[in-house]
Amino acid sequence: MGIPDETMVEFNVNGTVQRVEAEADTPLLWVLRDHLGLTGTKYGCGVAQCGACTVLLDGEAVRSCSITLEAAAGRRVTTIEAIEDHPVGRRVVAAWVAEQAPQCGYCQSGQVMAATALLAATPQPTPEQVAVAMTNICRCGTYNAIARAIAAAAGAA
Amino acid sequence: MSAAAMRSGPINLSRRRLFGAGLVLGLAMPSPAPRAQGAGTTQRRATRVGAYLRIAPDGGIHLQNPFIEGGQGIDSAVAQIVAEELDADPARFTVTCAPPGEDFRLQAGGHARYTGGSSSVRSSFQHFRTLGATARAMLLEAAATRLGVPAASLATEPGRVVHAESGRALPYGELAAAAAALTPPAEVALRERAAFRTIGQPLPRLGVRARATGRVTYAIDVKVEGMLLAAVLHAPRAGAQPAAVTNEAALRALPGVNSVHRLAGAVAVVADTWWRAKRAIDQAQVAWAALQGPIMDGDFTAAAMLGRLKAAAGTPGNTAEEAGDAATALTGAARIVEAEYDAPYLAHAQLEPTSATARFNADGTLDLWVPNQAPDQFLATAARAAQLDPAQVRLNSPPLGGFFGRHFAYGSANAHLQAIQLAKATGKPVKVIWSREEEFARDAYRPLAFATFRAGLDARGEVVAFQAAGYGEGPMTRHFGAAALGTPPVDRSIMEGLIGKPYRFPAKRVEYVPVPHPPGINLGFWRSVGHSMNDFFLECFLDEVAEAAGKDPFALRAALLPDPGRHRALLDAVAGMSGGWRRGPYDAPDGSRRARGIALASPFGSEVATIAEVSARDGEVVVHDLWIAIDPGSIVNPRTIAEQVESAAAIGLSAALAEEVQFERGEVATRNFDTYPVLRRDRMPRVHVRIVESGAQMGGIGEPGTPGVPPAVANAVFALTGQRIRSLPFSRTRIGAS
Repeated sequence: MGIPDETMVEFNVNGTVQRVEAEADTPLLWVLRDHLGLTGTKYGCGVAQCGACTVLLDGEAVRSCSITLEAAAGRRVTTIEAIEDHPVGRRVVAAWVAEQAPQCGYCQSGQVMAATALLAATPQPTPEQVAVAMTNICRCGTYNAIARAIAAAAGAA
Repeated sequence: MSAAAMRSGPINLSRRRLFGAGLVLGLAMPSPAPRAQGAGTTQRRATRVGAYLRIAPDGGIHLQNPFIEGGQGIDSAVAQIVAEELDADPARFTVTCAPPGEDFRLQAGGHARYTGGSSSVRSSFQHFRTLGATARAMLLEAAATRLGVPAASLATEPGRVVHAESGRALPYGELAAAAAALTPPAEVALRERAAFRTIGQPLPRLGVRARATGRVTYAIDVKVEGMLLAAVLHAPRAGAQPAAVTNEAALRALPGVNSVHRLAGAVAVVADTWWRAKRAIDQAQVAWAALQGPIMDGDFTAAAMLGRLKAAAGTPGNTAEEAGDAATALTGAARIVEAEYDAPYLAHAQLEPTSATARFNADGTLDLWVPNQAPDQFLATAARAAQLDPAQVRLNSPPLGGFFGRHFAYGSANAHLQAIQLAKATGKPVKVIWSREEEFARDAYRPLAFATFRAGLDARGEVVAFQAAGYGEGPMTRHFGAAALGTPPVDRSIMEGLIGKPYRFPAKRVEYVPVPHPPGINLGFWRSVGHSMNDFFLECFLDEVAEAAGKDPFALRAALLPDPGRHRALLDAVAGMSGGWRRGPYDAPDGSRRARGIALASPFGSEVATIAEVSARDGEVVVHDLWIAIDPGSIVNPRTIAEQVESAAAIGLSAALAEEVQFERGEVATRNFDTYPVLRRDRMPRVHVRIVESGAQMGGIGEPGTPGVPPAVANAVFALTGQRIRSLPFSRTRIGAS
């Protein structure tokens, strides 16, 4: 039986330096949810299939269920809780609300984070670029509303 | 089902009844027409203004909703209905889920409460109108007293009472306290439909911003002071019980681990964080023994179950629907068309895995936070498990991260009894979270289903007889017991969609052949329930009949429908919105070869017509457009309806394309989204929705968009390639252009 090492890791979450003591291989998702109380980031599958846990790591969209605490050390994490402090994120949220994209809403934190990373890197994405970036699952089937919201947010840039 | 049978009440603990006497999904109820006895009860509920509504001094309106919000927009719909009669701005509403209790039982004549069967709005429309009108009358009376004028001289504007003569106005917020002290009037007048200002408007849903910014607290997010977290591991094969966790001491030594527990058919680790509990449970060495309770055969596979259903083909069944003498008509037919269809077990695959939080308080009471679609039932099962009086249990029903039928009281498929047991054992509040793998392994599945069809044609190709049979066991049988199926027993959750179709066949016989699924597979209600497979079966078979008769499928349907009538109108509507019916195949501007298929469905009191346009690429079907015309009789919010129809269409397409729960050696083999693929963005078609308000009795909205999609797509595939798909999902068949 593997007894994992505990480690103290320092990283920046939503503009604040956090020090977390936990096993080095703890997924960032569970550090955010269990240690830091940031439950806006959702657990969906645990194996980077669904994207519900998407956060920004140094500005790039990652699936936090598959990033270890150790790998986040010294880096900058942005979660949905701070999305409206992000200039692109604020625009994405506004478009999400205007298009009324969320239904149950459970996947939407991840969808908004993925869209924010996309538009921050590529303000006017082609349909192919949107397709590559937006692979998160929505069981409510809001994909068309999400597509409209991304187009609106890109247009508002 | 009688009103008495659906009454919530004490629960008999036998296995069949474990899930509650009132279990009342209503999915099998024909329509929500008020029962003579029940109407009075429901009406009385509408005078319980204080239970439902609180108007704050600042004019904000708090509404307690008996229905659970899970993306379908029911919080907004009830606010919109109440706002109409209260004369208030719907945007001023804050809606939360009502606690369990009699005041909030609006269904089955005021005896049941559940969120399902696409019944929320249609079962409560009159109630919420009356409630809003009652509250308005009380505000008017309070204003009359305050102003010293006759109530009849007062009117309302949104959010305030006005006295035109003097020009004085009083906001509701200033009158609410005085109004709340008044006796609600027994009778109130409702607005004329033609005078509606908010009902029928495409108002935005409430709570959208919170959902776009991660600020909704779902059950899985609940945090209770001092709570521990639990991960569970169910027996690989249902029915096995944990004899021992042989490395328990080592697990307990892992960081953060509090304790290791044996549960019914599962083991649990409780720790200070969920990941630590999960890490430990993943390393648990469990000696599984003693198959008990609902068990699973060791050699069980879905194919073996389908074999059992097919073996029953031809067995005389219970009459579910009959008109004329189909057997004789078939004997005299010039030509017989026959086919068999099947569809697999499906998982709900809602994005929020099941969880539950339990906290025993110092005063002996129990607080619970549980994702659920039927609070009173969950409370009853919880009280029994905790050996408490129901009055000592508080059940909180957080917003659902998707449900689609997942969160009814399904016994082994729910986590709250585990949370109760663990909270009791540890003396601490405990939140149980099922991993995605456990969620897939212990869902209550849409049953694998099978149907057989025979149609007789005369020499001119006219249909003279129609025979169908549905085989298996549905969630109605499983959770309500055979006694609830009527005489002769017909499990509507297996049969709806084979019965209740609008087509007029000169002779018709539809039978139900009961065949049990293994007790170790839990069966559940899945978005559109029996319609989810049966409309695929029957609407595809109808295209086979058209093919045999040399007729166009659209024309054949039109000829079988009453003329004039709402179904014919709907056919015309869907044809019109898609630019006129054309089956194809034809060449699209992008160079692809395309074809269209059509299907009708009559689910949950609404009527739906669906046209799909498809092409084929790399052996797979590509669905370009879905045109869906829905006639729900009358409506509350056209925007929400369009959203729900699109959502329902997406899950219908998802299931048809690739969803299938698979078993190996009696164990669930499809345990995450890699092996249970659901629809992703790349295969989402454009969806066009048209609402037709025929004025018929109000029908459901959440589910009706689902069942027409699989047959419309399959019929389009046939038109394109000549391939007749009779077994779902489509991924079993390599689709090739002809």
